[in-house]
Amino acid sequence: MGIEISPPVLKAQLRKARSGRTRSSFVLDVALEICPGITIVFGPSGAGKSTLLDCIAGLLKPDSGRIEIGGEFLLDVGRQIDVPPTKRRIAYVFQTLALFPHMTVEQNVAYGLADVPAPQRASRVKEMLEAFRVEQLANRKADEISGGEQQRVALARSLATSPRVLLLDEPLTALDEGLKKSIMEDLRQWNKAQNIPILYVTHSRAEVDTLGERVIALDRGKIISTGTPQEVLDSPRRSSLAQASGFENLFSGVVTELREADGVMRVRLVKGACEIETPLGHAAAGTAIRLAIRAGDILLATEHPYGLSARNVIAGKIISLEQRGTMFVAQVTADADGAVVFTVHLTLGAKRALELEVNHPVWLVIKTHSCHVLAD
Amino acid sequence: MDSLILSVRLAACVSAILLLIGVPLAYWLAYWNWRGKFLLEAIVALPLVLPPTVLGFYVLIALGPNGPIGKISEALFHRGLAFTFGGLVFASVLYSFPFTVQPLIASFEAMDRRLLDASALLGASRLRTFGSVILPLSLPGIVTAVVLSFAHTLGEFGVVLMVGGNLPGITRTASIDIYDRVQSMEYAEANRMALVLLIISFVVLSTVYGVNRRIGRRMWASWASR
Repeated sequence: MGIEISPPVLKAQLRKARSGRTRSSFVLDVALEICPGITIVFGPSGAGKSTLLDCIAGLLKPDSGRIEIGGEFLLDVGRQIDVPPTKRRIAYVFQTLALFPHMTVEQNVAYGLADVPAPQRASRVKEMLEAFRVEQLANRKADEISGGEQQRVALARSLATSPRVLLLDEPLTALDEGLKKSIMEDLRQWNKAQNIPILYVTHSRAEVDTLGERVIALDRGKIISTGTPQEVLDSPRRSSLAQASGFENLFSGVVTELREADGVMRVRLVKGACEIETPLGHAAAGTAIRLAIRAGDILLATEHPYGLSARNVIAGKIISLEQRGTMFVAQVTADADGAVVFTVHLTLGAKRALELEVNHPVWLVIKTHSCHVLAD
Repeated sequence: MDSLILSVRLAACVSAILLLIGVPLAYWLAYWNWRGKFLLEAIVALPLVLPPTVLGFYVLIALGPNGPIGKISEALFHRGLAFTFGGLVFASVLYSFPFTVQPLIASFEAMDRRLLDASALLGASRLRTFGSVILPLSLPGIVTAVVLSFAHTLGEFGVVLMVGGNLPGITRTASIDIYDRVQSMEYAEANRMALVLLIISFVVLSTVYGVNRRIGRRMWASWASR
């Protein structure tokens, strides 16, 4: 009708100090701009992810900051604007889902529609139940349905009210991959028409890979990187994030030599005589660094390999070998120093082909660019 | 048997009044934090530790013709409250206060806060959250509170004696009647009444424990579908 509707972008600039006896204290201090579509907030536990969502939803009051959606201020501590959570029109699906256990699925979904006249309410509830494929459960009690069904009902309930933003706090972590994908597909489908910003919080690297279009990495209350999943995950610069993003091998080391012409440096692991070649970091010779290597990026060879491009070849011995699902996890000590243990992931086929067993001598092969240098 | 009927009537009045006062008070104590809250909590718990004679004494003074409540009653109804059924109800409400309020606070505090957050984010006012989420999910606590205050009022002795005296049909409750009968060596009669009180108390308490164990979903369910 010629009326320009500004895109419902969520802008937030927040500062909130949290102190706790059990959890580590940190200061959440972030500025973010979330466009319509799914944005993942990724970080280890204690990074401030839930605090961030609680502040946006209005359940926690930040010490300072502003929150606006599509130009409307929900919070501006300086101007004493603080819209209560009941009026923010922000949907929030908690980790625990918080479905009302004494109500049916239908009553749960209708809960936020109290102001809607009965006929419209009924059709809206039906529409939401169908969109998330739970219409057959309408009359079941919320605590009598399966975990995946509860996720769907929780989404349907929070989206029934046509919110302006959807916040998801690790709602799918407990589900298996197939179920997760199908629920996310339904959510994407639903959001095609609504086009609202969705913030999805997780500490799982796998979820970042499968769900993310945009990722914000949060650590100890600060945003440490933003970008595509690939960009964010491949360059973790903090070791707590590296652990969260699935770097099974984390070593302390000292830079021994810079070869700037080659774009590499040598790092001696603190524990022993192992030396590893890594890409150049922002570190001078003699500085202590942390080194992160994914277990899946390390090759094993049963004979000393030659004619390889990989620059790191380390002799060692398998000390344990354990099947986990469809892969083997091997622990390998380096001969140079038994205290250094590498974790290596192998496929079932690789383990079979190489006839690997505990106590077998092996060579570890690691590409220079599989070694990530972290600022600690 | 008159005294037994009087006791039951008293207990019923007291638990009804306590439910009306106790629910909002417990809600306030469970969900609000303010500086002097501990003082109010201590006052609520006071009857648990105070000798009934102490409570009864002060209530008697307050209800008497020169006490503040007695004066109000004189002005309104042209009669005092001491040694009346009304006075007995007033004293018993105070005396059983913690038995209503504490189970209510406990069950409100045990509520999953995320349910309350979820309700707020879906636009529900505090009142609606209270009626649709907190109350139905606290039903076992509410049943416990009512039953405990009922049973406690039924069994009280000291406060009733101090405030109500021993007027047959007006303030002579079962427990006082039993005492009287023992004093005048009517052991058979005393035993009959004592046995009835014992059985009522046992039934009431086993109801509380039974309800708290099995009430769960079934009762929530019927409540919610109403």
